[in-house]
Amino acid sequence: MSDPVTIIANWLEGLLLGWGLSPLLATIILNAIGILVMAALLLVLDIFLVWVERKVVARFQDRLGPNRLGPYGLIQPIADVLKLLIKEDITPRGADRLVYNLAPILTLATVLLLWAVIPIMPNVVGTDLNVGILYLVAVGAIATLAIIMAGWSSNNKYALLGAFRTVAQMISYEVPMVIALLIPVLLARSMGVSDIVYSQEVWYILVAPAAALIFLISSIAEIGRAPFDLVEAESEIVAGFHIEYTGMKFGLFYAGELLHALTIGALFAALFLGGWSGPGVQAVPVLGVFYLLIKAFFIYWVIMWIKYSLPRIRIDHMLSFNWKFLTPLALVLLLATAIADKALEGSTTVVYILVMLGLNIVLVLGALALVRGYASKERQRVGEPKPVARPPQPTVIEQS
Amino acid sequence: MTPVQILFILVAAVTLGAALMVVNARNLVHAALWLIVSFGGVAVFYAMLNAGFLAVAQVVIYIGAIAILMIFAIMMTRNVAGDSSPRFNSSQIIGLVLALALFAGLVWMTLSWSGATTTPMPLDSRADPISQLGSALVSPDGYVLAFELASILLLGALVGALMIAWDRK
Repeated sequence: MSDPVTIIANWLEGLLLGWGLSPLLATIILNAIGILVMAALLLVLDIFLVWVERKVVARFQDRLGPNRLGPYGLIQPIADVLKLLIKEDITPRGADRLVYNLAPILTLATVLLLWAVIPIMPNVVGTDLNVGILYLVAVGAIATLAIIMAGWSSNNKYALLGAFRTVAQMISYEVPMVIALLIPVLLARSMGVSDIVYSQEVWYILVAPAAALIFLISSIAEIGRAPFDLVEAESEIVAGFHIEYTGMKFGLFYAGELLHALTIGALFAALFLGGWSGPGVQAVPVLGVFYLLIKAFFIYWVIMWIKYSLPRIRIDHMLSFNWKFLTPLALVLLLATAIADKALEGSTTVVYILVMLGLNIVLVLGALALVRGYASKERQRVGEPKPVARPPQPTVIEQS
Repeated sequence: MTPVQILFILVAAVTLGAALMVVNARNLVHAALWLIVSFGGVAVFYAMLNAGFLAVAQVVIYIGAIAILMIFAIMMTRNVAGDSSPRFNSSQIIGLVLALALFAGLVWMTLSWSGATTTPMPLDSRADPISQLGSALVSPDGYVLAFELASILLLGALVGALMIAWDRK
């Protein structure tokens, strides 16, 4: 019973073939069952995430969090879902009905689509695409589209402003994210997520810590969580793109955001923390799920930690941080990693890790020193006394 | 009919229908959204032809960049979204004739090509198409010249955009 997924799949396949179905039909039915089970498990996990999120926020803010319903408030998310379900469903006048209703579904669906390429244990992966990394980027593009659709179809100027900000933010942060994603691709010599997990004898966070950090930062910006929550800044544009959504439609956006954060954690785990790998996973493959979830939840916790510790950044800072810091740094890192990887061909693992680690640290420290120099110059410029407007001096007309 | 053929007919119908809606929709944002459905259909065709890289690149570039840029431009422009001017102008007959002639020409050219009627050889399942594509793009006897030219063109566009946006003090 070490690998229940394969056993159940083989048993079901045998059963279906025994009923006289053609092999193709049996494969289709098996895949459909797999998709349903995976999506259902993720959505149930999503309900649980509501509780995790509220409980962890409470710890960060020195409160108790939900603690009335059930042990440790565990039934609270069920109550939340019920509340969302029985709320009035409002479609604003002038809204584009079809697009308006499609947007929340698309938002949650894109998050579920990401799980298609994340390997959850050895030999168990939705589909082992050989272009897995590019697929992640493509799905991210559809997520951007869903938010634009929500913002535009609501017929509300705040929602539209939120959509504009989304485009600026998500498209900008896609650039450093893709470049940072290229580094594990380069190290693993493959774009398939499974291959990247398999080739991590040493976790890539040791070999490419800077790329991992850039991926984490730009992913947080992609989800639109604090400090990058300009998309739904309450004090500026009320709630941004989902201002008009009520009830379960809002719930889908909320669930999508929570699940997306955990998905980013799982992706980070797969790309930089060895995915399902851990002690004893070769003998008992099902342990891989637990290792993956532990790593994913750790990164999820880091994302929450960042969210509840940092204030929202200003929109021009958000763009400068991306274009003037993250993108150049990611490009230099990619070049340096490619050259170092080639130069270190044939060296021992320890030397390889130490040189790569040193290279990353030197590059990041260099970039930070450059930024610090620029910041002090900028501070001096801003701190200089400004010319003050004075009323014109009355000219004295000399009497002759 | 094999399942692949049924799938092909369904996807083709969706792609063509969406393309028709692009030119037929009154609302420009709707037209752009239909265009995205059409792009998605083309991506499914690529996937069905075992060209996974092309399929994903189609989604990234056409849906993720071009279509979103279009929607952004439309939303930034005032009063364009709800255009109520007539959808057909006086050159509709000429347009129809030209389109039909172009389509007939394309069909004729495709049918006169010997590859259109022969069944393609199945792909070697062990070969990795991505790494082959990658080496072909940078090998001297492959497409390195075209690849580098495209890179320089894009770099030129990048520098040009920078020059336009540069705030000279």
